[in-house]
Amino acid sequence: MLVINCPFCGPRDEREFDYGGLAKAPRSKVERVASNSEWTAYLLHPGDQGRIADEYWWHARGCGEWVRVRRDTTTHRIEQSEVESDR
Amino acid sequence: MKTRYSFWSLARNALTGHRNWQPAWRQHALKPRYDMVIVGAGGHGLATAYYLASRFGMKRIAVLERGWLGGGNVARNTVTIRSNYLRDESIPFFVRSVKMYEGLSRELNFNLMHSRRTMIDVVQTYPKLRDLTRRMKIMDMYGSHYDRISVAEVRKRIPALTGGQPGSRLPVLAGMVHREAAVNRHDAVAWAYARAADALGVEIHQNTEVTGLTVDKGTGICGVATSRGPVSADSVALAVSGHTFQLARSAGLKLPLQTFNLTAFVSEPVKPIVDVVVNCPDLGVYFSQTAKGELVIGGMPDAGLSYRRDIKQHVFENTVSGLLELFPTFRRLKMLRQWAGHLDITPDGSPIIDRTRIPGLYVTAGWWGGYKAIPAGGLCFAKLIATGEPHTLGAPFSLSRFDSFNYIMETGTTTVV
Ligand SMILES: [Zn+2]
Repeated sequence: MLVINCPFCGPRDEREFDYGGLAKAPRSKVERVASNSEWTAYLLHPGDQGRIADEYWWHARGCGEWVRVRRDTTTHRIEQSEVESDR
Repeated sequence: MKTRYSFWSLARNALTGHRNWQPAWRQHALKPRYDMVIVGAGGHGLATAYYLASRFGMKRIAVLERGWLGGGNVARNTVTIRSNYLRDESIPFFVRSVKMYEGLSRELNFNLMHSRRTMIDVVQTYPKLRDLTRRMKIMDMYGSHYDRISVAEVRKRIPALTGGQPGSRLPVLAGMVHREAAVNRHDAVAWAYARAADALGVEIHQNTEVTGLTVDKGTGICGVATSRGPVSADSVALAVSGHTFQLARSAGLKLPLQTFNLTAFVSEPVKPIVDVVVNCPDLGVYFSQTAKGELVIGGMPDAGLSYRRDIKQHVFENTVSGLLELFPTFRRLKMLRQWAGHLDITPDGSPIIDRTRIPGLYVTAGWWGGYKAIPAGGLCFAKLIATGEPHTLGAPFSLSRFDSFNYIMETGTTTVV
């Protein structure tokens, strides 16, 4: 189980969070400037999924804020977590 | 020529103390060149090699495997074979795959311990009942069956189901019976395809990790880089499940896939307690009992990308607490092992069996619950590679469907979601 450090509540059990997918550029910044193929790619592809992934977690059963977490997908080690203001 | 497995070969080898069995597949020196390289000696890779050789007469095929044969996802599932899907594209494909499995022991001359079990869905909410009723009507058009049964009938056929009584949190409302469902032995499936492919001249190389794809900008795929040196090939086919995204990216290709882990675990062996596959879609848990007596239990996907081969403790606990709501007597069961299967999931939950924009590079991926799809998936992939034309049953699962968002949204992929 992950222990996610919520910037507002401190280290909390993963069960308090809902997974929000891989982090990517906010939709509002892409939808007006993207070409057709860029827009298709934006909708189809999750964010970058290397070994280290940036992802959103929603502290749904806590303060209700979105947190951006950087995690190693081979070990589950969390390298960084910060407030996500774009969501 | 290989010994055929039969009663006589068994008797003869018993008399000589089982010292004269021949290896089921040979070992070869890795050649610098093949016509066809298949990456991944799992179910789909081995089945594809077998059908390429047996149905389409293709020669000089090598299957390259990072670990040992059949040690990947073909060993990390719950061996549930069924065709209770939702979509017009999916159902005929899985109906065919289930039928092919039924004849596979004979075709491959290998006892797969195939056992037609029937699956019973224990339905506890009206939305789920509506979803399954919808599936029933569409399945009916393609010769796959769902039959609704009463709560009393559910309890009669699954005596261990003592929870979910009226007044409980989620009382049982009905059962849905999928009589085509079966289980078999996963090692045997991998070994049988490997042995049959080997007999037709396919080379299987274990401990040979493909570290990248070699592409020429003008002509397309040239081969692969491996831990044992470069191998060139006219065509390369990827059958690597959870690692498809990474391997395709080494050729500059970005596929719409994400890798998650799906929970499974197995109990200590006990006396026969259930003879069907039990699926509890509202609680996110399903199980069957093996011939050895173990309960093989499957649960939900783990949240977030993962390349670990385990599941988080709370996912296990959630699955178990759901199971105990309906089967309180299982409280005393000890669990022996747990594992996770890597799922490379597409945006619509349906698979990809297609060529790519790189000439000579083919991909079979997105198999969420791909064990049941091994025979038909291998056949469709082989047909596409050998003839350049997709198999009728595989044609809908193109990569190009995503360019137009022509999704095949599937709710039948796992038994629980
Ligand atoms: Zn918080």
